Amino acid sequence: MSRVTVAGSTIIAGIGQTEFSKHSGRSELQLAAEAARSAIADAGMTPADIDGMVTFTQDSNDELLLMRSLGIPELRYWSRTPNGGAGAHTTIQHAALAVHGGAAKAVLVYRAFNERSGRRFGQPNARVTPPGWNWYLPFGLDTPAKTYSLGFQRYMFRYGLTNEDFGRYTVVARRHAATNPNAWFHQRPITLEDHQCSRWIVEPILRLLDCCQESDGGVAMIVTTADRANDLPNRAVKVAAVADAHINDGNIMFNYYHGDLAEFPEARALGRQLYEQTGLGPSDIDAAMLYENFSPVVFLQLEALGFCGPGEAAAFIAEGNIDLTGTLPVNTHGGLLGEAYIHGLNNILEGVRQIRGTAANQLSSPETIMVAGGHSGLILQPAG
Amino acid sequence: MARVIPPTVDADDEYFWDGVKEHRLLLQTCGSCGTLRHPPVPMCGRCHATDRGVQEAQGTGHVHSWIISRHPSEPDDQARVVVLVELTEGLRLVGNLVDTPFDQVRNEMPVEVCFREIDGVLLPQFRPRSVEGPVPMGSPT
Ligand SMILES: [Zn+2]
Repeated sequence: MSRVTVAGSTIIAGIGQTEFSKHSGRSELQLAAEAARSAIADAGMTPADIDGMVTFTQDSNDELLLMRSLGIPELRYWSRTPNGGAGAHTTIQHAALAVHGGAAKAVLVYRAFNERSGRRFGQPNARVTPPGWNWYLPFGLDTPAKTYSLGFQRYMFRYGLTNEDFGRYTVVARRHAATNPNAWFHQRPITLEDHQCSRWIVEPILRLLDCCQESDGGVAMIVTTADRANDLPNRAVKVAAVADAHINDGNIMFNYYHGDLAEFPEARALGRQLYEQTGLGPSDIDAAMLYENFSPVVFLQLEALGFCGPGEAAAFIAEGNIDLTGTLPVNTHGGLLGEAYIHGLNNILEGVRQIRGTAANQLSSPETIMVAGGHSGLILQPAG
Repeated sequence: MARVIPPTVDADDEYFWDGVKEHRLLLQTCGSCGTLRHPPVPMCGRCHATDRGVQEAQGTGHVHSWIISRHPSEPDDQARVVVLVELTEGLRLVGNLVDTPFDQVRNEMPVEVCFREIDGVLLPQFRPRSVEGPVPMGSPT
């Protein structure tokens, strides 16, 4: 069965962002507008070139107010993607399919929030609101750290891991952030001892330093067709593959109903879909930006995406494979733990920078980069 | 005492909370093909029937995974063990493990349901089960 893919036909033409902070001091709409302004300029475009918009369903910014703020004269297409950070890369899929199919010529993708100085994702829910949460909130699963840990604990049990194993990932992420001026934790590396001395958030799974940041900031990208790659002021980056994989009985926050929770079947399906679209395999990936609201998600993804075998992620990380000089550098910007938590969209910017050759921790001419968030993900390559 | 966020019951899960009031752990079944499911959905993914029934669970199972849940900023909100229980029927259900010191919680430990009122909310809870056999449902707790 053939399927429509965007492989080779769409590019990320521009990237933009605000500073990443804990208190932006301005509205979320202003953050969105500033990030978008930067991305449009980076693509060598004007607001009149933008005729589509995609953001998260969770984004608070009204498209029409952003349109007015930027002076975009006419819009042909907009879309939003569900599932929070698990759907971060789906924004690119929507944008890419829109330009690939002719619904729009150039689509602005954005996400902006005051997620530290405004509503903090890490704080407990006060009451049941969304449908289906009766199965969880009355029993105390009132923070993302807890809801995800109920799965991580099974992974630790299955493979005999301790929290110290997760700490070895955090040390790497913070080392990468330490040399990234864009990162909140720039010049602030940690040791494994620092990690082990940080307080429990969910015993015996997560300590404070296993948790992503809460951040204020905005990021934006411009997606357009590959035929424009040679007209741009900056190196265009090809969307070689993009997918959003879900399986029956799956869930985002409460993914408790499939087989053994030591596995991440959605990420396995995502990897299969991305590899099918490109004909590539795990060994073809030069570096990976892996969404980590919490450190164990990196372990589950490394295994599910085929970078190592089941239960091997702890050794894979301990042996240095995800370091800048390793076989598969991971989260070269410091990830959501080290750089900032812009709901995962900042990971795509790092992938683009690595392909362009403009990353703070620049790898040696990477040709193929995966950016993945468990359910959704993409593969980036140089255009042309 | 732990603070409990009470459920907001809706049309798709009221059978469960009605059962809890009677100290019964009820699972949804498809009214047509009999498939058991949890969490419930309003249509059977196997046969597309919308008529539903309930089946009382044996109330036994084992711990698939667990965490210790503490409130990040309110220490008087007593810590609880949250467990993901794999019921004997093969379905999974989130609950709390009671009558068990935190350092005695183990994956795969056999548990059985009991019903406790916590912070004014009656909830299905789980307690350790001796492996000789299940205790009848609705026994005094
Ligand atoms: Zn049925």
